[in-house]
Amino acid sequence: MSSELPPELADSPKPKELMAIDYRPPQQPWMETPVNFKPGNYCFPTKAKNLRVLDMPNPREWAPEEEDWKLPENWMEIIREGMKDRLDKYRSFKLFMDICVRCGACADKCHFFLGSGDPKNMPVLRAELLRSVYRGEFTKAGKILGKLAGARKLTIDVIKEWFYYFYQCTECRRCSVFCPYGIDTAEITMMGRELLHLLGLGINWAMEPVANCFRTGNHLGILPNGFKDALDFFAEDAEEITGVKIDVPINKKGAEILFVVPSGDYFGDPGTYTCTGYIMLFHELGLDYTWSTYASEGGNFGLFTSHEMIKRLNAKIYAEAKRLGVKWILGGECGHMWRVVNQYMDTMNGPADFLEEPVSPITGTKFENANSTKMVHIMEFTADLIRHNKLRLDPSRNDNRIVTFHDSCNPARAMGILEEPRYVIKNVCNNFYEMPENTIREQTFCCGGGAGLGTDENMDTRLRGGLPRGNAVRYVQEKHGVNSLACMCAIDRATLITVCDYWARGVEVTGIHEMVANALIMRGEKDRQTDLRGEPLPGKEDEEDV
Amino acid sequence: MYNGGKIFAGLIVFICLITFPVWYNVVRGKAAYRPELKIVTEEKECVESSEYMRNEHMHLLDDWRNSVVRENKRTYTAYDGKEHEMSLSNTCLKCHSNKADFCDQCHNYLEVTPTCWDCHVIPEEKKL
Amino acid sequence: MGASFSLLTVLVLVLLAFMGVRVAGWDPLFGVVIPYTALFVFLVGVVYRIWDWAKSPVPFRIPTTCGQHKSHPWIKGNNIENPSNIFGVVIRMALEILFFRSLFRNTKTELRADPSPRLIFGENKWLWAAGLAFHWSFLFIVVRHLRFFTEPIPFFVGLIEYMDGLFEIGVPTLYMTDVVILAAVTYLFLRRVVIPQVRYISIAADYFPLFLILGVAISGVLMRHFYKVDMLRVKELATGLFSFHPVTPEGIGVSFYIHLFLVSILLIYFPFSKLMHMAGVFLSPTRNMPNDNRKRRHINPWDYPVKVHTYEEYEDEFREKMKKYGIPVEKE
Repeated sequence: MSSELPPELADSPKPKELMAIDYRPPQQPWMETPVNFKPGNYCFPTKAKNLRVLDMPNPREWAPEEEDWKLPENWMEIIREGMKDRLDKYRSFKLFMDICVRCGACADKCHFFLGSGDPKNMPVLRAELLRSVYRGEFTKAGKILGKLAGARKLTIDVIKEWFYYFYQCTECRRCSVFCPYGIDTAEITMMGRELLHLLGLGINWAMEPVANCFRTGNHLGILPNGFKDALDFFAEDAEEITGVKIDVPINKKGAEILFVVPSGDYFGDPGTYTCTGYIMLFHELGLDYTWSTYASEGGNFGLFTSHEMIKRLNAKIYAEAKRLGVKWILGGECGHMWRVVNQYMDTMNGPADFLEEPVSPITGTKFENANSTKMVHIMEFTADLIRHNKLRLDPSRNDNRIVTFHDSCNPARAMGILEEPRYVIKNVCNNFYEMPENTIREQTFCCGGGAGLGTDENMDTRLRGGLPRGNAVRYVQEKHGVNSLACMCAIDRATLITVCDYWARGVEVTGIHEMVANALIMRGEKDRQTDLRGEPLPGKEDEEDV
Repeated sequence: MYNGGKIFAGLIVFICLITFPVWYNVVRGKAAYRPELKIVTEEKECVESSEYMRNEHMHLLDDWRNSVVRENKRTYTAYDGKEHEMSLSNTCLKCHSNKADFCDQCHNYLEVTPTCWDCHVIPEEKKL
Repeated sequence: MGASFSLLTVLVLVLLAFMGVRVAGWDPLFGVVIPYTALFVFLVGVVYRIWDWAKSPVPFRIPTTCGQHKSHPWIKGNNIENPSNIFGVVIRMALEILFFRSLFRNTKTELRADPSPRLIFGENKWLWAAGLAFHWSFLFIVVRHLRFFTEPIPFFVGLIEYMDGLFEIGVPTLYMTDVVILAAVTYLFLRRVVIPQVRYISIAADYFPLFLILGVAISGVLMRHFYKVDMLRVKELATGLFSFHPVTPEGIGVSFYIHLFLVSILLIYFPFSKLMHMAGVFLSPTRNMPNDNRKRRHINPWDYPVKVHTYEEYEDEFREKMKKYGIPVEKE
C-alpha cells in the first residue's frame, strides 16, 4: 500500500495535528456561543429538485455560510407547531425533554465530542439545544425563569445551531447505553431533523438518496438495467475466479425468498465483493430466491430524515414481497437498514400476513425471532448454515487477512446481533482479534459517517468522528498486525475506508460475505488462484507469474 | 401503545405509598395517641430543668456514664449548686422508677432504643 | 452564576422560615398551611406530569439493546441487557432503578499524548457510587421518618432505624445515612464545579435541588444533634397533619420549622423540575420494552397512510428499459 493519502484526504491536516484536541469548554456559556460554519465541518444543503420529488416544504437553493437561509415567513410558528405535534406523538421525545439531570455520563461517550472537543457535541448539550427551546416555549418554569431554568427563545441562530449539530450526530445510540434514564440522542436528533425539514433544511447527501430511492428504488438512482448489469457483472467475475456459472434471478415471481441489500453493495468497492459473495453463496445453496429492482434498497435514508420518510421508502419491501409472491424476506449486510427492519418496518408497513414464517430451506431451521416481520438477517441465515455443516469452507483462503470486527451501531444497539457475525467470521478465517472491549459490541464506536454524514465535504467532521474507531483499529493493527476490518454495514464499507486510511493506514475494509465466499468451496469450482478482489490467494502468490 | 393500564396501576401504587401515613393511621386509629409520663415521687425538681432534661437527658446520662466509668467521678453539680450522685439506679430511678410509665412512653412513641438496659437491670415496677 | 444564585435562594428560604417562626410567630403557616400545600402540589403535580407523559403514545418499539439478541437456540441471548420477553424487561428495569445499571457502565475516556496520541478508556464508577449512595440513603431517611408520622410505628421502620444506627456512635446515635447523604451530595456538587464539561452544562436547575437537599439534610442533622427540638411535639404536629387534625404545639424549636420548610419547598419544586426523573425512568421507552419487534408486532396508534411510489408507477417509468434487459414486467 502506498503512503500517499487518497485524494479526499489530501487537504486534511496530519492525524497528529487533528488529535491536538482541547476538551476544555470555552469561557462563554454555550447559549452565547454562535455556530461557525466552515468548509469541512458541515454538509451541503438539499438541492431544491430533490425536495420537489418528495413534495417536501420550501424547496430552494441556499447555503449555510450565507446569512439568509430563505426560511418561510412563519418559520417560528411552524417549529412551534411541529414541536407540539411531536411532543403529543412521541413519549420518547416528551420524556427525554423532561427528565435529563445533566449528570454528564454521556459526555465522553460521543465520537464527535471525543474527536472535536466541541462541548455542544456532548450528547447532553446536543439535546439541550432542543430542550432549551422546549422549556422556553412549552414549560411554565422556562417561560417565567428563562435562563435560570435553562430556557431560551427560538431564534434564527438557534435554527442554525440545530442544523449544525443535528448533522453532527450519527444517531449511533452509544450515549443511550450509558444514560441512567436511557435517553437516546438518536431520538432527539431525529426529532431535530424532522423539525428542520419542516423549514426545508436538510443535507443533500441524505436527501438525494431519499429522492432517488423514492423514484428508482435505491439510493444511488440506479435504474433497473443498471442494476441487472451490475449483478451480471459480479456473476461473471465470480465465474472467472471460480469457474462456476452463476445465475442471478431478478424480479422472479414465485421465488421462495426475496433478497434485499443496501444499494452500496452493488455500487462501490468493497461492497461489491460482498455482493458477489451473496450470489456465490446462494448459487452454491441452490436457493430459490430473487432480487428486486423496485425494492433494490434495504437501506433507508428516511431514517435520517423523518419517521414519515422511513415509512414511505420502506413500504416497497413488503409491497414487492407481496407482488412477487415470495414466502419470506432475507436482508443483506447493512446497519441502519436493520434498525428500520427491526424497530419500524412491521409497525409501519405490516402486518406481513401475506408472507409465511421464515424457514431456512437448507437446514429447516425456523427463524422464530422473525415470525412477525418475516425478515431474516443474512448473518442469522449463514450462521445457521455453518452450524448445520451445510457449507464446505476453507478458512485458510483468508489467511492473508488478520481480521478484526467492527460492530455497526444499529445492529449492535438497535437489534443486538453480536454473536452471529463473530461466529461466521471465526469459521471463515483463521486470524481474528477483537478490538478493546470499550469499543465493540454495545459500546461500539461509530464510523463517523452514519445517519447521512458519509460525504466528503464534511471531511474534517468525519475524520474527527472516526477518531475513536480509527484509534481502536490502530491499536489492534499495532498489537496483532490486523490488516482487515470486517463489518456488516454498507455505510461502514464506504466510510471506514477513509477512517482507516487516515487513522490506521494499511487496514482494509471487508464485508463478511466477501470472506465467506472466499472460503466457500463450491461444487465444480476450479482451483482458485485469487480472492474476490483479484488478489492472489495465500500460497498462490508465485503462481500468478507463471 | 399507551400502556395506560400499567401507568395507572403505577400511579395508584405511588399514591398509596406517599399517603401511607394517612391510611395507616386511619386503619390503626391511634394517631391521636399521646404518651403519658407518670412519675412517682415527692421531689419537685429533677437535676436540671424539665426543658433541659427533655432535650438533653441522653447527653447528661452519657456524660454521667463516662464520668463514672472512665474518670471515677461520681458527683454532679447541678445548675443550682445542688450535688447529686451520678447514678442511673440511685438517682434517676429513685423518682423515675417505672420504666414502662416513664422512659418507654416517649422512647416507644419515637422509636428510640437507648442502650441503658444493655447493662443496667430494669427495675422492678412499683405499683402505683 | 447558577450555583451562587441557587445557594442564595436556599439561604433566603432558611432565613424566611427563621423569621417567619421566630420573629413573626407564624407557626401555623409554616407548620400546617405550607406543608399541606406542599403535599398537595407534590401529589397532584407528579400524577399530572406522569399522566401528561402517558397521553403521548409510544409509537415504535425502540429499546437500546446492550447485549446479544435472542435468535438461534445455540446462541446464548442476553435476556437482561437485551430482553426478549417481559421477564427480561422486569429484571432490566429493576437493575436500572435499584442499582443504576447503565450508569455502572460509565467509563472515562482520555487523550494520551505518549508514546503516540491515542484515546484510552478507563473505569469510572464514582458518579455511579455517589448517585447510588445518595438515592439509597435518601430512601432510608424517608422511611425512617415514618416514625414521626405513624402510631404505632410499623416494624420495618424500627428495623431500618436499627440498621442505620448500627455502629452506635454518639448520643443520639449517628445515622450512617446522614453521613452518606451529606458526603454524596457534597461530591455530586463538587463534581459539577470541578469537572469542566459538567460545569459547562450545569444550570441553576441542577444546583438548586442539590443545595436544597443539602439544606434539608444539614438542618435535619443539626436538629438531631445540636439544636434539639421537642420530639414529642414534633410527632404531635406530624401525626396531626397526616390524620387531618393539624396542630402546632407550642415550643417546638425553630430548627424544626426550617427543616420542614425546606422539605416543603422540595416537594413543591419536585413536579416542575428534573427531579421528575424519579418517575420518568419507569417510562423510558429505550429501557422498558422487550426487543421482540420481529416476533410481535408493535402498534402505532396514530399511524397514517403515506404517499408511496407504487410498483405500477415505477414500472410505467422504466418498462421499456426493463423489457430490453429481459427483466420480467407486469404489463407487456
